[in-house]
Amino acid sequence: MTALPSSTVSGMKVGVVTFPGSLDERDAQRAVRAAGAEPVALWHGDADLHGVDAVILPGGFSYGDYLRCGAIARFAPVMDVLVPAAQGGLPVLGICNGFQVLCESHLLPGALIRNDHRKFVCRDQGLRIENASTAWTSDYEPGQEIVVPLKNGEGGYVADVHTLDELEGQGRVVARYLGDNPNGSYRGIAGVTNPRGNVVGLMPHPEHAIEPGYGPSVDGLGFFSSVLTRLAQGVST
Amino acid sequence: MSTSTQPSVDSVGAAATTPDVEQPWAELGLKVDEYHQIREILGRRPTSAELAMYSVMWSEHCSYKSSKVHFSLWGENTTDEMREKLLVGIGENAGVVDIGDGWAVTFKVESHNHPSYVEPYQGAATGVGGIVRDIMSMGARPLAIMDPLRFGALHHPDTLRVLPGIVAGVGGYGNCLGLPNIGGEVVFDECYQGNPLVNALCVGAMRIEDIHLASARGAGNKVVLFGAKTGGDGIGGVSVLASETFSEDGPTKRPAVQVGDPFAEKVLIECCLDLYAAKVVAGIQDLGGAGLSCATSELASNGDGGMQVELDLVPLRDATLAPEMILMSESQERMMAIVEPSQLDAFLAITTKWDVEATVIGEVTDGEHLVITWRGETIVDVPPRSVAHDGPVYQRPLERPAYLDALVADTTAHLPRPHTAEGLRETVLVMLGSANLCDTSWVTDQYDRYVQGNTALAMPDDAGVVRVDEETGRGVAISTDCNSRFAKLDPYAGAQAALAEAYRNVSTSGAAPLAVTDCLNFGSPEDPGVMWQFREAVRGIAEGCKTLGIPVTGGNVSFYNQTGDVAIHPTPVIGVLGVLDDVALRTGSGFSVDGARVFLIGETRDELDGSEWSRVVHGHLGGVPPQTDLTHEMALSAVLQEGAAAGWFTTAHDLSQGGLAQALAESVLRHGVGVQVSLADLGVDPFTALFSESTGRVLVACSPGTDGDFLAAVGDRVPVIELGVVDTETDGLAVKVVSPSGEDLSFHIDLGTLLGTHTATLPAVFG
Amino acid sequence: MGAIVVDVMLKPEILDPQGQAVNRSLPRLGFEGFTDVRQGKRFVLTVEGEVTDEHLAHARSAAETLLSNPVIEDVVAVHALESAQ
Repeated sequence: MTALPSSTVSGMKVGVVTFPGSLDERDAQRAVRAAGAEPVALWHGDADLHGVDAVILPGGFSYGDYLRCGAIARFAPVMDVLVPAAQGGLPVLGICNGFQVLCESHLLPGALIRNDHRKFVCRDQGLRIENASTAWTSDYEPGQEIVVPLKNGEGGYVADVHTLDELEGQGRVVARYLGDNPNGSYRGIAGVTNPRGNVVGLMPHPEHAIEPGYGPSVDGLGFFSSVLTRLAQGVST
Repeated sequence: MSTSTQPSVDSVGAAATTPDVEQPWAELGLKVDEYHQIREILGRRPTSAELAMYSVMWSEHCSYKSSKVHFSLWGENTTDEMREKLLVGIGENAGVVDIGDGWAVTFKVESHNHPSYVEPYQGAATGVGGIVRDIMSMGARPLAIMDPLRFGALHHPDTLRVLPGIVAGVGGYGNCLGLPNIGGEVVFDECYQGNPLVNALCVGAMRIEDIHLASARGAGNKVVLFGAKTGGDGIGGVSVLASETFSEDGPTKRPAVQVGDPFAEKVLIECCLDLYAAKVVAGIQDLGGAGLSCATSELASNGDGGMQVELDLVPLRDATLAPEMILMSESQERMMAIVEPSQLDAFLAITTKWDVEATVIGEVTDGEHLVITWRGETIVDVPPRSVAHDGPVYQRPLERPAYLDALVADTTAHLPRPHTAEGLRETVLVMLGSANLCDTSWVTDQYDRYVQGNTALAMPDDAGVVRVDEETGRGVAISTDCNSRFAKLDPYAGAQAALAEAYRNVSTSGAAPLAVTDCLNFGSPEDPGVMWQFREAVRGIAEGCKTLGIPVTGGNVSFYNQTGDVAIHPTPVIGVLGVLDDVALRTGSGFSVDGARVFLIGETRDELDGSEWSRVVHGHLGGVPPQTDLTHEMALSAVLQEGAAAGWFTTAHDLSQGGLAQALAESVLRHGVGVQVSLADLGVDPFTALFSESTGRVLVACSPGTDGDFLAAVGDRVPVIELGVVDTETDGLAVKVVSPSGEDLSFHIDLGTLLGTHTATLPAVFG
Repeated sequence: MGAIVVDVMLKPEILDPQGQAVNRSLPRLGFEGFTDVRQGKRFVLTVEGEVTDEHLAHARSAAETLLSNPVIEDVVAVHALESAQ
């Protein structure tokens, strides 16, 4: 990955938070750059979003997954300003550990538990994008099938039946696993969104499918370009 | 004189006045002459802390006393030309090579065998942690890891106990560090039943000017211990000392297993990188085996003066630890830095930012000794070189084992071979599903291969390839290999075969081999047969490296891998690192392009001794391993590199265990694309064509239109035999072959059968 | 020095793969007669002096806020530790 693509969305800034133990923040930054925006590194201990237009909570093992995945990160100072901003419409994407943080913060319903087969799994995973209206998926077609890496030990999405029915009924399942369920997620749910569609949590890693030769496809780029398209249109959700 | 009159702290002063005290040197693993040597060095009896320090630093693991004398072979076989690319050679935490464009790459492979048998998860996890810290301490950002693993028989209950834990430990620690696992090995052999081998490799990169060394220079510079607190981890041998200690309390039980915290190490990595970037580190060492004893003595020994340490300042997890324990502790995730006083504040600001505990515990002095105090008393006052570098050197007896003549005479010539189409087909499938040839996704899917976004090739391709420079695409390729059955038949040839295989695997990706690391896993050095194997292997590697023109940059020796009288096969694991100017031009493996012409580069001979076929079908090990021709390997490497740069190949796959049949099956399975091949032009009978393990062979397919360029460029530098063509209409593997008497032995195996057979094996055992 | 014990368990309807794995291993080691195993967490919070009602209230609050995730876990017990451990 070298220079920005020619059609850059100038001035767009996407914050990527680093918690102690975050791993994929550099990859998320690369994906933001690839989409044509400027990544801004946000520090967990800094209660300041520095005027970014959107925020990504990256994958990794924040705080070593101590207590529960994302349980400690959700209380980081940066979350004190992120949560109200998200509630006010700021686009936020939580990938893997980031998804776990969003659930622990109650910005998204449900929780993530240990994979049902109890092993860490890293594989190229087929997904169906079911909601192409969120801030992070608008560049996809509804029903579009993509392949991005899945890599986690605690990726089982769970919620009570009422919540699951609500998510389905309101079309808030963003992505669903294709083929065999890789981790025991209820209803094969790989990603969900909030009612407003600005906060999205996703277990698989689109940031690892943006560069030819370094992932199974470039299908992941859509997540990062979608938010820029939205922002450029002056629509936050 | 009875021990009851000993003071509570066994100080240097006390030692000088009580020379005849009984000391537990034997229980600590020292020999009587070593104990006397220590007394001579110090001019008095050692204190209990000094005794503990020497006992651990002079252990086989830390001092290499049984192997040192053979390492002169490295030096004797290293030319100036080989040294050119070496920025840091053997002796530091890891070797460093210049890969061009101002980039330096450091890599090393190490073992953590015995702990992994005792506690599989933590043994493997801390093995990964240890090698990563070694790489980190050179100033590098760790980029990737690899894990050559060796287990007993696949279906043995103890393998079921040990394998899942080890794999979970490698994955659990490596994934949490954010290091992609880009390759390794999964080998099953009965000889490893009581002695599984867990070798771990790490590769890292830095700009050349950012290389850091482990030396303590500059009187007045501070000694800073940072990272995790010190506890009672891993104090195995010194638990005896705990019961003999001169302190108030009775004997205490200490855990012998080290427990790792990958989160702590991840934070340590980021913290160190910030420290390096801020240029506030004058010297740095990680704390591995022998903990503080090792770090202090090595830093001081490599430096230009002495060192003074106040042991009371070491942050402890357990306040009851005696000073000897503190010195021996193998608590993980700790580093020691030498910091100029003017830079200390900046150093501590960074460790504070990362919430890493950092404590000044001493300073570099003008003197020549390492002096350690505890509660105001001096408990250690030693010349650091005597501890860290000038330990005992053994000249262990070596003798070619008596069993070897019979073993070598027992060739595979008499073993019945299949001679029908069905027999050949059946053999291909039996081999494909066998323990060492089956699909290892059960293991490798537990490893994150994507993190950092720079992995260009990973398992099951022949080498792991990672990009180092995102701007230019410059990167490195690494492979680790060892066929220990070959090494058992002939350690010299087996070691060279391992070197050749790793060299070839790296070349298969298109990279130019540059440097070597080795992990020498052997039985007991007290067995003259094992020592003979060791020396032969070292000789083979040294002479092989000289022929190939690539140096050994560092490595590891693991002795005592045996249960009772039965040693493991000699297992010299070789890691070769190569460079790609642009990783985008690497060659992967697997048939993919319809119509691509398929060629076998290299000569096939009747060489079945030690082969996987002889093991799987006949349970046989005997004879003479396939010959290795390093000059041919160099010519082959050049062709593979040229091919990658020119884009001739859509696939390149090295031939090793299972021979051509396995390579063809794997190339079909890689992307599920079929192939039609004929074995007519190989010049050997069908069975030999399929299952011989002759070395120096690579299976390639040419991009349409490039085969002419390929053949013209190769000329007669290496043998090239056309086998057939990639064919998307063919379901799986179609082999056309005729017996010497003209009988048609052609067979076909459809993709579904290949896939089912290949992938069923490990899940059936491990779930 | 007093201590408060907080026990957290997964809600009954949540899949517990670790508990299931333990349950499967028990008979293999000769422990028959257990029909199910569920795995939880036990926290021990140390306080200065004796454990008071205020301590317990704080502990319960901490349990509900941080020590457990109410979406998937229940705080099944919060009590003072009787004997020194």
